[in-house]
Amino acid sequence: MGNLEKNIALNAENRADFALIAKWIAANAKVLDLGCGDGALLTQLRKTHNVRAYGVEKDDANWLKAMNNGIDVIQMDLESGLSGFEAQSFDVVILSQTLQAVLNTEAIVKEMLRVGREVIVTFPNFGYWRYRFQLALAGHMPVSDTLPYQWYDTPNVHLCTIQDFDEFCRKSDIVIQERLVLNDKESVHFMPNMMGALAMYRLRSK
Amino acid sequence: MSENSSVGIVAPQIAHFNEPLTLKSGQVLPQFNLIYETYGELNADKSNAVLICHALSGHHHVAGKHHEDDKNPGWWDNLIGPGKPLDTNKFFVIGLNNLGGCHGSSGPLSTNPDTDRPWGATFPIVTVEDWVNSQARLADFLGIKQLAAVLGGSLGGMQALQWAIAYPERMRHALVIASAPNLTAQNIAFNEVARQAIITDPEFYDGDYFNHGVLPRRGLRIARMLGHITYLSDDAMGAKFGRKLRDGNIKYGFDVEFEMESYLRYQGDKFAGEFDANTYLRMTRALDYFDPAFEYGGDLSVALAKVTADFLVVSFTSDWRFSPARSREIVKALLDNELSVSYAEVTAAHGHDAFLMPDAHYHNIMRAYFAKIEV
Repeated sequence: MGNLEKNIALNAENRADFALIAKWIAANAKVLDLGCGDGALLTQLRKTHNVRAYGVEKDDANWLKAMNNGIDVIQMDLESGLSGFEAQSFDVVILSQTLQAVLNTEAIVKEMLRVGREVIVTFPNFGYWRYRFQLALAGHMPVSDTLPYQWYDTPNVHLCTIQDFDEFCRKSDIVIQERLVLNDKESVHFMPNMMGALAMYRLRSK
Repeated sequence: MSENSSVGIVAPQIAHFNEPLTLKSGQVLPQFNLIYETYGELNADKSNAVLICHALSGHHHVAGKHHEDDKNPGWWDNLIGPGKPLDTNKFFVIGLNNLGGCHGSSGPLSTNPDTDRPWGATFPIVTVEDWVNSQARLADFLGIKQLAAVLGGSLGGMQALQWAIAYPERMRHALVIASAPNLTAQNIAFNEVARQAIITDPEFYDGDYFNHGVLPRRGLRIARMLGHITYLSDDAMGAKFGRKLRDGNIKYGFDVEFEMESYLRYQGDKFAGEFDANTYLRMTRALDYFDPAFEYGGDLSVALAKVTADFLVVSFTSDWRFSPARSREIVKALLDNELSVSYAEVTAAHGHDAFLMPDAHYHNIMRAYFAKIEV
């Protein structure tokens, strides 16, 4: 294994959601990863699921890393929509831990559902008890490993809780096919909106 | 850029083709010459050839120098050479002058073998399709069955795209830089003003200026000045010239007052002294006519149905002549065909000219893409 591949593998291991996202992907699927970063998830999915992978990345440095990792990567800003992609042209569209950082959240989720027959969204659950604790008792905006930014210098402009997202889906006629809540890579079933740090959704249009 | 990254002293060669070439217009070129240069070594299985397609005013001299004291290297020397993004230690690079050009390939300046006189205005109108067909002949001549890649910027990018459409089995990668799937009305309009400047020059004589012993310099000069305005961004012009006065004070007349004017006049004069007006007319027409989607009801995705090449598409944020939106149309059509495509939108201030600049990120992109091409 080359250094580059090792780095990707390490990166992938650190991202608890990657392995679980992989479980929701069919072999040979056509996959679009929005905000693909260095392409670690797609590299892994190509290896394990032989997917036809495309990435979307805005950042120059990440774009170049993804290109160097052999990913077909399109440079664009999600905020301007996915008009470059045909309706229902992908089996799966993934937005991994980026939802909280987009401005036009509702529009982007709808665009994903237009382009993908299935959509996978993962995000940090702001209802997690530690965050509630930091805000309620310490009186600070939460800062953690998953949300490492100070309030005045954060890309995370649309934080939400699992309960919020469930409600958003209900209102927007989005079908939640599966939902997984994680804490430290373990699945959380008891009081997920309180105990889960990371939420994962598998969605489709009604 | 260090000296040892240059391809060094290079010399052009001429390939002669006796087999007639039927042009898109229906006219036939009974025979023709193409002038070309090559850099690097063609490998044993001839799998490392990269063809460079030039833009409006380009030619075969893409990299290196013609002699030690050559003031200017080839027009894309910053990209091509040993250790450069398009590495001549790995690739065999071919640059040529297109048909209708004025740098040594058959064109208005060359001799019509039927009359033994210069073609001048009688040289046929050539299209991007014709160029690509002639380039395929050049590949045959060099014994290359399949090009590793075809690379071009602007009008050159159109040729790379046309290669992928016309000869899918003969090339593996297309690099389409600062280009478009066809010209917008605004772009055609700029070309028409340029052509009118040339055609209405009293010394144009319907293109027969050689027989009158004159050159339509004024027209060509104005055409080039207009072109230059559109190749730069407002910001780049502002940064370079602003409202700077040439002599520091206003003289209340129509001679050069502003540095901007001085630059345009210099560029116009220089160009008018070295380029052929009939070639300029033909190059702009080739731009206007290119529209691979036209035969498919305007559907570029259908036009690209037979394409198999992998693509790199690059645009520049401040390029308003070939804007990023036009590159995204190409990307969309490639995605619709589930082809392998990467697209970069480079943040650059230089407008359309940015594709010839040695911007670090842009060159990293080119380096990364060429690195992944197997030879």
